[in-house]
Amino acid sequence: MAKRRKSKARPSPPSRRSVLVPRQRATRRTTEPLDLARCERFLLHEAQLLDDGKFDDWLALFTPDAWYWVPSEPDQDNPHDTVSLIYDDRRLLETRVRRLASPRIYSQEPRSRTSRMVSNVSIEDSGNNACTVRSKFLMIEYRRDSQRLFAGTAFHRLVQADGAILIASKRVNLVNCDAPLDGIVVPF
Amino acid sequence: MSNIDAELARLIAPGRVHRRLYTDPAIFELEMERIFNAAWVYVGHESQIKKPGDYFATRMGRKPVVLVRDDEGQARVIHNQCAHRGAMVVATDKGNAAEFTCCYHGWTYHLDGRVKAVPLNHGYPLGFDPKDPKIGMLPLPRVKSYRGFIFASGADDGPSLEESLGHMMTSLDDMVDRAPDGEIEVAGGVFRHAYDGNWKVYFENLCDAAHPLFTHRSSIDAAVAQSDDVHSDGSGEIAIRQMRQNGAPYSFWESQVGIWTYPNGHSYLGDYHDDSKLVAALNDPVFRQYIAALERKKGKAEAKRVLEVRRWNSNIYPNASLMSQFQQLRVVYPIAVNRTVVHAYSFRLKGAPDQMLRNAVSFANVVNGTGSLVLTDDLEIYNRLDMGMSSEGCEWLQIGRGYQSDVPDAHDGRRGKNSTSEVYIRNMLDAWLGLMTKGQAAPVRAAS
Repeated sequence: MAKRRKSKARPSPPSRRSVLVPRQRATRRTTEPLDLARCERFLLHEAQLLDDGKFDDWLALFTPDAWYWVPSEPDQDNPHDTVSLIYDDRRLLETRVRRLASPRIYSQEPRSRTSRMVSNVSIEDSGNNACTVRSKFLMIEYRRDSQRLFAGTAFHRLVQADGAILIASKRVNLVNCDAPLDGIVVPF
Repeated sequence: MSNIDAELARLIAPGRVHRRLYTDPAIFELEMERIFNAAWVYVGHESQIKKPGDYFATRMGRKPVVLVRDDEGQARVIHNQCAHRGAMVVATDKGNAAEFTCCYHGWTYHLDGRVKAVPLNHGYPLGFDPKDPKIGMLPLPRVKSYRGFIFASGADDGPSLEESLGHMMTSLDDMVDRAPDGEIEVAGGVFRHAYDGNWKVYFENLCDAAHPLFTHRSSIDAAVAQSDDVHSDGSGEIAIRQMRQNGAPYSFWESQVGIWTYPNGHSYLGDYHDDSKLVAALNDPVFRQYIAALERKKGKAEAKRVLEVRRWNSNIYPNASLMSQFQQLRVVYPIAVNRTVVHAYSFRLKGAPDQMLRNAVSFANVVNGTGSLVLTDDLEIYNRLDMGMSSEGCEWLQIGRGYQSDVPDAHDGRRGKNSTSEVYIRNMLDAWLGLMTKGQAAPVRAAS
C-alpha cells in the first residue's frame, strides 16, 4: 500500500504574520498613542459587541471602578443629585449584564435586535495614556413588531494599560432623554 | 339607573372583573369624564410653585392644565387653553410668568386665568365681553392642598378632599412628617416612563405582593449572584439590596407585608424591607445623623412614632402613589385605553442630611427608572396584560385572591388577612364603579 503522498501542488498559505502585522510587530510592546484612528476602531468594536449581544465581552472593556451613565436631563450635572435613565457603578453594571443573560428576563422575551452607527469621533482631551472621546451615535432597536430610534452623543473616558484600551467611564446623552420612554433594557 | 350604568355594573362581579374594563375605548372615554374630571386628582406639589407667577404645566387625565401661584399667593389650576381659538397657551413645562400670552393672536391672561387683554377687541359682536367668567383660561372649580400636595377636581361639588382621602391622609402625613423641618420639596429630577397598556394595571401592580418573586426573577438572580467586593460608589449597593429583597420567599410575602384598603379606592402595601438592609439602614451613619436631626427637631417620642410607620406604596386613587420611606411619588397619566405615561418624582426632606436625597435618587433609579433592572419587567407585564386581554380567551379575570379571608379594618377599611390578597384591586374597582355610575351602581360588590 502506497502511502498517500503529500501534494506538492498545494501552495503554502501566506504567513499571516507577514501579511497582517508588518513592521510594527517588533515595537509592539511600546504603547501606541491613543490616537483618533485607534479610538474610533475601539468604539466600532464596542458597538459591534453590543449589537451582537456579547454583553460579557462588552463588560470586559470596562475598568474595575468604571461607571456607565445615561442622564435623564440635558446638561445634567452629576448622577448623584438627579435621577438617571441608567447610572451604574461597576457593581451594578455587572448585575445589569448578568441579568441580560437570564432566561427569565421577560422584558427581553423576545430579544431586541439593534443596529448602531457611530461617527463624528473626536478626541476631547488626552494625555498619560488616557483620553476622552466624543462621538455621535444612532441606535435602532427592533422588538416585538416595533422599531424605535435613539440618537445622541457619547463620551468615553478611555485608558490604556499593557497596550489594551479600557473604558473608565461612559456617558451617553440621549437627544430625547427627558421624553416619556418605554423601558430601556439594552444598553447604548 | 341608566342603561350604561347597568352595563358597567355587570362588568364587575364578586372576585371577578370583565376584561373589557381594560380594553374598551368607550369605557376609557367615560373614565376620563367620570373619574379624571370628577374625582380629586393629584396635580402637583406646592414646592413646584413657590413664588407668585411660578407655574407648572401638566395634565389632569388627558387635559392640559397649568398649576400656578397667582399674584395673591393662591395656588390655581387653570385649563391650558386659549378662550379665543382654543390653542394651548403655556408651552414650557415650568417657569415664572407675569401673565400668560397665547402665541396665536396675542390674547393675554392674568395668572388666575382671567382675560387681561384682547388685541383688536373692537371687531367682536356687541355681546362679546372678555370679562365674562366663561371666557378665559378657565379655572378648575375646586383646588385644595393637603400638607403641600395639591389636588383639583373638575366637579363643582362633591366630597371634600379630606373626606375623599379619609385615612389615606396618614400616608401623606408620613411623607411630610419624615422631614426634620416639617417640609418637603420636589428635588432630584423626574422619570417619565411609558407603556402600551391601560392605566389601571399600573395602579393595581403597585400593591401586588405576589408578583415580585416571579416577575423580577431575572434581577433577583443577578443581584443574588453579585459579589459585594466589586467597586460601588454606594448607588449600586442600594439598587442591589432592593433587588435581593424582592427575592424574599412567598411565605414572607404572604404573612409579613400587609395590605390595607380604604374607601374611594385608596390602599397601601406594608413595607417589605428590613431596615438593617436597605436605604434606611439603621447602621448607616447618614441615617443615624438623620434620626438625630429628627429627634432634635421633633423629640424622641415623635421621631420614634414617625420611623415606625412602615408603608411601601400608598395608592391615592385615581392617579398618585407615594412611597414615603424613600420619598417617591408616582403620578399616572392615561393617554389612551392602551397607552399610559407615569411621572416619578423624588422629594428632599428639609433638615435631613444631603446624602438622604442622594440615597432617594439611587433608590428612584432602581424602582422608578426607565432603564431600571426591575421596572422594565413591570412595564413588560403591563404591555402583555394589554395584549392578552385583547384576545378572546377568558372573558372574566380572576381577582378573587383573599376574597373569603379579608377582614374589616378601622377607618372603614378592609385588609387582607394574607398580604397577597387582591383586596386592593377589588377595592379600586368598587371606587371605579361608584365614580363611573355616580354612585348609582355602587353597592360594594367586588370587595365584600
